Amino acid sequence: MAGIGDKPRDTQAQGISRRRFLSDTARMACGVALVGLGLGLVARQARALPSDALRPPGALPEDEFLGACVRCGLCVRGCPYATLDLARFGGPIAVGTPFFTARRIACEMCEDIPCVAACPTGALDKQLKRIEDARMGLAVLIDQENCLNFQGLRCDVCYRVCPLIDKAITLELQHNVRTGKHALFIPVVHSDQCTGCGKCEKSCVLEEAAIKVLPLHLAKGRLGRHYRLGWKEKEKAGQPLVPDIIDLPDRMPEPGR
Amino acid sequence: MKKNPGLEAIREKGWWPAHQWLILRRLTQLTVLGVFLVGPWFGLWIAKGNLNASRTLDVLPLTDPYVLLQALLARHVPELTAVIGVAIVVVFYLLVGGRSYCAWVCPLNMVTDVAAWLRRRLDIGPGAHFKRTTRYWILGATLLVSLVTGSVAWELVNPVSLLHRGLIFGMGAAWAVVLAVFLFDLFVSRRGWCGHLCPVGAFYSLLGVYSPLRVSARRRSACNDCMDCYAVCPEPQVISPALKGNAATTSPVIRSPQCSNCGRCIDVCSKNVFEFNAQFGNKTEAA
Repeated sequence: MAGIGDKPRDTQAQGISRRRFLSDTARMACGVALVGLGLGLVARQARALPSDALRPPGALPEDEFLGACVRCGLCVRGCPYATLDLARFGGPIAVGTPFFTARRIACEMCEDIPCVAACPTGALDKQLKRIEDARMGLAVLIDQENCLNFQGLRCDVCYRVCPLIDKAITLELQHNVRTGKHALFIPVVHSDQCTGCGKCEKSCVLEEAAIKVLPLHLAKGRLGRHYRLGWKEKEKAGQPLVPDIIDLPDRMPEPGR
Repeated sequence: MKKNPGLEAIREKGWWPAHQWLILRRLTQLTVLGVFLVGPWFGLWIAKGNLNASRTLDVLPLTDPYVLLQALLARHVPELTAVIGVAIVVVFYLLVGGRSYCAWVCPLNMVTDVAAWLRRRLDIGPGAHFKRTTRYWILGATLLVSLVTGSVAWELVNPVSLLHRGLIFGMGAAWAVVLAVFLFDLFVSRRGWCGHLCPVGAFYSLLGVYSPLRVSARRRSACNDCMDCYAVCPEPQVISPALKGNAATTSPVIRSPQCSNCGRCIDVCSKNVFEFNAQFGNKTEAA
């Protein structure tokens, strides 16, 4: 009678060792897959940069930055004003990556951009030659109810401290409805100039700043790609876009009615 | 497992010869850490950055190849500085043995060595068993996650850089991770972290496959089977082929890339069986 026990011994041993190999491999693969899954989730989570954490000048877009920054802190060492810090473990920012908080210490906008020069990997992009071209974020006068200038007072601090005064922040005059005879000097931020250095937020005299530097994706809206502004298109074309448009007479209110 | 290996060596050789590699190693580890710390502590800038990437005396760039590999897989093409830094590091460890990084540079090694020492003293058994190949699987997983998520994945949790960066730039909650590794090695698994799980060590071991600097059991015929070397070795499986191999046919050189060249076996051997040697110096010597 032939049974399992009658198999030649080496075949049996081979069968056991193969089974063992397969089960060991499967166990290892599953265990490590769990580790990988956990790590992947952590990596996903790390993408959510808090809105008050600003990256140094020249930082690649956040998604690319997290794949390019090696968390060495050389930019932190390059910064002469102790503006930059490395995120600590357990906080909301991807651990070891550089950031600054404008309300605490703003960027001084050094002309030679030493933080970018110090970066060994290019996570801070050396294409950035002029600090005025940096876009660390965008200042937004987010609380118009408490801003002193909106009350008709002449605080003007954000405007005065702006390194690009009269370019990144201008004061626009408006009628003061409350008094009826004065002007409001409304600080207006211009996104084509503002570098997001955070001086305005740092210096805002309110207990909680009325002007804040936000990441660009939060601060800016975007037109639909198919949107066209008629008057700009007209200017570009140098003539009305619809030819031979009939100019109807304007109807004026009749006198005496 | 002996609670107190090395007593015989101290008796026969004296204290210093029974501790010299250990002391040299600790001094090296502390020096590596120190050159980064004297900057922020005393304003004396020798090395800036941390083990991931650094600049020494404003000229020498060094970059961790494992970290940069993850960045590459995350589809970032690094700048030349980082590449030069990697080249220097890789050439260095190709020569001195990849895992020399673990024994002579890594700050976490001091933590896990204390755990291993305490574990011996408290006579806690080997504990939970992982395969020593687990680290390569984890290494593969971290590279895969870097590729899929486009981020330098292991750096989000790596206890080695959490400790080193933490000491230099501020710990935050990183103490918890270091403590976890310590307790894991102390109570859960003997030499669990460095010897079984750490993908950094796994990566560096790959650099050391062909490196010439090795420990050799050159006077293995003098071995009196006291087992002290096995008791102190963080990777005891590497010793046997060299120490107990066939006297005529096998080399006395420890060939395994897992050996971290810590030299503790040289210290604790009362018979002076071991010595640092070149890969190719595979002659034995009669006792």
